[in-house]
Amino acid sequence: MRKVDSADLDQLTLGATLLGTGGGGDPFIAKLMVEQAIQDFGAIDVATLDELDEDDLVATVAVLGAPTVIVEKIPSGPEFTNAVRALAAYLGKEIKAIMPVEVGGMNTLIPLAVATELGVPCVDADGMRRAFPQIEMTAFTLAGLSASPMSLADEKGNKVTFETTSNQVGEKLVRGSAMMLGLANAVSLYPMTVRQAKDAAVWGSMQYCSDLGRLLRAVQHQEDGAWDQLLEFTEGVVAFEGKIIDLDRRTTTGFARGTVTIEDFVDPGRTMRIEIQNELLLAIADGRAVVTPPDLICMLDHETSEPITTETLAYGQRVRVLALPCAPEFKRGNWLDVVGPKAFGYDVDYVSLEG
Amino acid sequence: MSYRIGIDVGGTNTDAIVVDGSGAVVAATKSATTPDPFDGIRHSMEKVIAGIDTNEVTQAMLGTTHPANAIIQRRGLQRVGAIRLAAPASMGVRPGVAWPKDLLDTIMGPIDIVGGGNEFDGTPIAPLDEDAVRRFAAKCAGTVTAIAISAPFSPATFDHEERAAQIIEEELGGEFAVSMSHRVGALGLLERENATILNASLLGVARTVVSGFQTALAENGLVVDSYITQNDGTLLSAEEAVRFPVLTLGSGPTNSMRGACSLAGLADALVVDVGGTSADVGILVDGFPRESTAAIEVGGVRTNFRMPDLISIGLGGGTVVRETGGEVTVGPDSVGYKVVTDALVRGGDTLTLSDISVHVGRLAGFGDRELVAGVSRATSDAALAWVDEQIRIMADRMKASRHAMPLIAVGGGSHLVPDEVAGVTEVVRPNHHAVANAYGAAIAEASGSIDRVFRFEERGRQASLEEARNLAAEAAIRSGADPNQVRITSVHEVPLSYVPGQACRVQVKAAGPLAP
Repeated sequence: MRKVDSADLDQLTLGATLLGTGGGGDPFIAKLMVEQAIQDFGAIDVATLDELDEDDLVATVAVLGAPTVIVEKIPSGPEFTNAVRALAAYLGKEIKAIMPVEVGGMNTLIPLAVATELGVPCVDADGMRRAFPQIEMTAFTLAGLSASPMSLADEKGNKVTFETTSNQVGEKLVRGSAMMLGLANAVSLYPMTVRQAKDAAVWGSMQYCSDLGRLLRAVQHQEDGAWDQLLEFTEGVVAFEGKIIDLDRRTTTGFARGTVTIEDFVDPGRTMRIEIQNELLLAIADGRAVVTPPDLICMLDHETSEPITTETLAYGQRVRVLALPCAPEFKRGNWLDVVGPKAFGYDVDYVSLEG
Repeated sequence: MSYRIGIDVGGTNTDAIVVDGSGAVVAATKSATTPDPFDGIRHSMEKVIAGIDTNEVTQAMLGTTHPANAIIQRRGLQRVGAIRLAAPASMGVRPGVAWPKDLLDTIMGPIDIVGGGNEFDGTPIAPLDEDAVRRFAAKCAGTVTAIAISAPFSPATFDHEERAAQIIEEELGGEFAVSMSHRVGALGLLERENATILNASLLGVARTVVSGFQTALAENGLVVDSYITQNDGTLLSAEEAVRFPVLTLGSGPTNSMRGACSLAGLADALVVDVGGTSADVGILVDGFPRESTAAIEVGGVRTNFRMPDLISIGLGGGTVVRETGGEVTVGPDSVGYKVVTDALVRGGDTLTLSDISVHVGRLAGFGDRELVAGVSRATSDAALAWVDEQIRIMADRMKASRHAMPLIAVGGGSHLVPDEVAGVTEVVRPNHHAVANAYGAAIAEASGSIDRVFRFEERGRQASLEEARNLAAEAAIRSGADPNQVRITSVHEVPLSYVPGQACRVQVKAAGPLAP
């Protein structure tokens, strides 16, 4: 068990921004929430799965809504503890630890604030080690775990608990309810024992995120060999370097979709197109898919190496596109149907980064 | 003939300019900024209007770093009470949580989060807790000089902020200063609230600036309308500037770019402003600087102001050039304004980029060329190659497309900019480029803007955008723009993910010349 304090939040936030692959909500607000929670309730215990009793019950917790609403109507805190308590009450069991559902974006940090308020440890593991737009897109689903029963709560005291036949239906029910409850809600889901988590979860993802943040900070400070260390740690590759020459946003569905086109610095004949659905999802270079979900597409400012979110994309930005392999825990069962390119409506095959 | 006066107070220089109705420069001066900036303002004004019929001067514009310096130096700031109308929502981050401690200690009085505010669709989160607002006002009485009010989604629905302001007035009197967030900033509650608190704390500085400016005008016999320039290069009337000083924090670089644009007669161009220590490159789109998308920190506090997108590097007239072991290195240090005494051509003993410029003939009339005769051609070439490469890279980084465009070079160090830059059609060096910032203030227009969430499903995208344009234009006219000449200067749409009804954040800006 290790303690996470305010001083640890900077690199965790930077790592979470990178793993958010352009979306996942603004981790900055989540960081401020954790800072306040540490002031009010103390530093957070973070435990590895090995450090917990195998029969203990663990549940994930996340903010669910629209990132653009959350920056106006900032979460309060009690909605998260209410969601967890509602789930525990429904199950008639005590929840002994909190786990992130996604380590990527603002949901990386929220569980830390909830854990300290509840006085339980936060588990160093999650279901994605990246951010995805829907709750069923997890390694948990692929391991056969149910997201339900799941509890959704708002800051006013409204709570609803669902039992669903599939995690896909669960996604529809919580999303629909969130629209009626102000689109900045708390959800607690995927209740499981530590034994189940050991099999299904991505281990050590908080530590991974924190290490990633530290390595990226070193890159930003232009330390010797920092780029190589980052690529070695992530087994990632620089997929493209160039300048954004076109940005097309569409509003046809509930998701912020769009296409961004990048032109090579040296050879204007070479371009990369990246498809956006909240996150940067699919990269096509010179007509061929080169990075496909669930692998990660991270865009960095070419000069500052600051991660770029999809909301702040702009013509003329000079960028470096980084491709990182997804957590290996994704690659089981019918993973291509749940988190592969076709799950997002792209008619391309998954392309492994190892070539 | 009617004239306008533009004054820009920078860290080093106070510039003043007089322009006529057609925008032609009638007089211009440059003098050192004084410890009490108003001495410099008064002095420059006196110099620049010498020989001009003061009855013909109708308007005066001031761009100043006063409020920015007040925050950076934590000087002259007032204590502020901060109340957020949002409970039971938005309790997870209290006002001021992420502020630097010294600024918090200087500014922050009582804080509270009370019932009120609205959801994204305009329905109340909770009814406004009027009793709690009254109790907060009582707690603030005698301990702070202003109160900042914020609420979720107030840019769209602001009746709770207005009612709370009214209650505070009932409790503490009409003279007590109140800043409402929907009048100060755009979407993003924490950033808007931060800006509102900073605004409230600057109200005293703002009164000093405006009254100092008006006193200087009166002492020079000028009976004119007075304005202060704001971040986007447009004007706040003196009355508004007293209430919204935070909107003037970043006007310096904007004035310089807007001035460059008008002096050169170009609406779409790159601008490079080279001073003694650094060079800034920005881009003008339709006559306005392209704005940065990154969060802007003011004195360590995150705000959501739109500021010009600028790239700055250490390249200026005073940048030091060194030769060590056959290798030539440039900067990043600079002798700054001391270039006039320290440069070789001025009899000093430091090799600067200005010396290089004189040596190769890019700069004439600045010191004695004989004094750099000992500098080798190889050294000059190496230093110049570095300068040219830096300017090429900055221009390329700023450009929005591969298409070549003009580059306007302004500022005292702009002689360093070469005549040929790759990807640039031509390098334009307008007259009066050294006082481009004061010129930018003198020709500034009135503006208005909106930043709001529209649901296209309800009335259609076209009708929604039309409403947004009208609201922005009306706001510009309220700020003094000529109704016949007001125009839309930017429209920005960002679709909101996960929100039903094709919700879209729409930001529209309108501007126009002041009504005569």
